[in-house]
Amino acid sequence: MNIRRDVFQAIADPTRRAILSLVALHAMTPGVIAEKFDSTRQTISKHIQILTECQLLQQDQNGREIYYQINSKKMKEIADWLLPFQKLWDDRFNRMDKVLENLKQKKNGK
Amino acid sequence: MENKTQIIAETGKQELFIIREFDAPRELVFKAFSEPDLIIQWLGPCEMETVVEKLENKTHGSWRFIHKDPAGNAYAFNGVIHEVCYPERVIRTFEFEGLPERGHVSLEFLTLEKLENDRTKATIQVIYKSMYDRDGHIQSGMERGVVDSHQRLDALFNLMKHESR
Repeated sequence: MNIRRDVFQAIADPTRRAILSLVALHAMTPGVIAEKFDSTRQTISKHIQILTECQLLQQDQNGREIYYQINSKKMKEIADWLLPFQKLWDDRFNRMDKVLENLKQKKNGK
Repeated sequence: MENKTQIIAETGKQELFIIREFDAPRELVFKAFSEPDLIIQWLGPCEMETVVEKLENKTHGSWRFIHKDPAGNAYAFNGVIHEVCYPERVIRTFEFEGLPERGHVSLEFLTLEKLENDRTKATIQVIYKSMYDRDGHIQSGMERGVVDSHQRLDALFNLMKHESR
């Protein structure tokens, strides 16, 4: 549960979200990522570290360079996290449809 | 046409929206949201019995619902009703009594919009005390209770089946 919370905390930050959408295009070195932002390299590097710890970014060593790419499995997990909540409400409202159908019939029967 | 429930929960915000259209006029949808004998037919998860202990559906009224599962566990929710404006709006607070501490209250706005062909659009906007309260509510399954544990058991059984092969 705590790890889960950290993930959402990680993507709650606008800079980290920007990093994710940048890296989603293609894998990048930390240097290239930092160039796209006004913040210091150190700040960006901290953000990258948090995203990596939450497994949203994956490291890929290519020769001397480290490339960061998005972990699509983890990203999908985030997209899916609403599904049980949505299903709860979907089931509720499907039951309400029946209640409304009964009410309509009763009204017409009068 | 199937009416699908839409949940909007933007990352980093402390609110969410639950949106659904109904094939019924607004007055009836309002009734289904407001009358205890109708609420118990749709609100609770199937396995649970919903008890409307109290529902003063009026401005400055209050409410308390209890979901009971077959094992005897009870999940209670309560709040006060800020405003009832028939047939378009109900504003109320919501608190789950099963949390370890008090004070995690959310504010709910139910808005019913009249659509063409006697259809109605319901929007529930929920505003939480914090981002964590919102995400916690979405994840907790506090309204699912036993359903959730059944699903967990099913998953466990499936796993055991796989492993015994």
